[in-house]
Amino acid sequence: MAKAKIPRKSTSVDMTAMCDVAFLLLTFFILTTKFKPDEAVVVDTPSSISELKVPETNVLQIMIDKEGRVFFGIDGQETRVQMLERIGSKRNITFTDVEKAQFSLVSNVGIPIGQLKPYLAMSGSERGKVEQPGVPIDSLNNELGDWILAARQSNPKFKIAIKGDQETEYPVVKRVFDIIQDKNVNDFNFVTDLEADPFK
Amino acid sequence: MAEINTGGGGGKGGKTRSKKMSTRIDLTPMVDLGFLLITFFMLTTTLSKPQALPIVMPDKEDKPIDSTKVDDDLALTIILSDKNKIYYYSGLGDNPDVKQTDFDPNEGIRKVLREKNAKHIADIEKQRTRLRSKEINADEYKQEVSKIRSAKDAMFVFVKADEDATYANLIDILDELLINQVGKYAIVDIDPIELDMINGTNNAAPPVDPAP
Repeated sequence: MAKAKIPRKSTSVDMTAMCDVAFLLLTFFILTTKFKPDEAVVVDTPSSISELKVPETNVLQIMIDKEGRVFFGIDGQETRVQMLERIGSKRNITFTDVEKAQFSLVSNVGIPIGQLKPYLAMSGSERGKVEQPGVPIDSLNNELGDWILAARQSNPKFKIAIKGDQETEYPVVKRVFDIIQDKNVNDFNFVTDLEADPFK
Repeated sequence: MAEINTGGGGGKGGKTRSKKMSTRIDLTPMVDLGFLLITFFMLTTTLSKPQALPIVMPDKEDKPIDSTKVDDDLALTIILSDKNKIYYYSGLGDNPDVKQTDFDPNEGIRKVLREKNAKHIADIEKQRTRLRSKEINADEYKQEVSKIRSAKDAMFVFVKADEDATYANLIDILDELLINQVGKYAIVDIDPIELDMINGTNNAAPPVDPAP
């Protein structure tokens, strides 16, 4: 009996299809991507069943981390510059144009206003290493209130979003509520993760 | 054989027959590159946007919530305390019966809220069935739900927290209210009397753990 001859097949596979898939996915990710904003602290938010989304623009975000440090951030570079000018004139600090430009790129501040100048003079990588003490919120030195006021004057349309860590203690949160309400803002949002509604 | 004849110097009479080359290119490096970029974008992207839980705080200006406007049998006060404990009492009476519970999804505060808000939850459930059977559309459903939630006889929840509560407790309780269709609630300051009350419940009877 003659042996059945198995034809030798080439081991190279046609990559065209795979290439198509890869680039299709790549296009999808490029189009849908929105880079994570660099945040000064890691905050682990609680979850809720709320289906509303945090708006993308005109948001004033107040972050409260585990240790009760408060960070303040607003979107829009114009707004940031105007806000800094207002804060500066209130505290008799003049910021140079370079500092203003630097500040417009910072997404969260957790630095007392007095220490802002040396902070803005640092380079980006140095800034990442600085342990930010948080914006002061005590009644003698209520800088958070000043920031909110300055932000409101610069952009009256914004919504406040509070992003707190699960382990943040209630008194700090309460204090932040009080400051916000002192500035006559009574409706705001909590930033949460999504969880499923158990009764739907 | 495979080299390409360039320049004009080679035109010595004889025809150079160019060999037919395969048009296939090895795409493996391109696929590699594609997947590398995909990986990069997948890791840097935030696909799910965070959710927002809206809250409207009571106006602070000189008139705190007038609790007398709330019907006695519709009011429920929830006090958050340390170690995820919850104290609650119904009504606005001077000497309320303070009970203790927790965030347990079956036996905890959810049960309390569902019992107290049973009528409205049932109403909303009815609307939901109507929505499912396409009797009403989504907008009408939303309207109906908000009507039920803000109805005159809907319960009113006062959320209070003591010093030992955490932010997670606060969000959890607001979430619980949302789950159980409570439309009327407010975050208010805790009274010293209430602090005494919860301390009283702590000392008087050791907390009875609901069966695990």
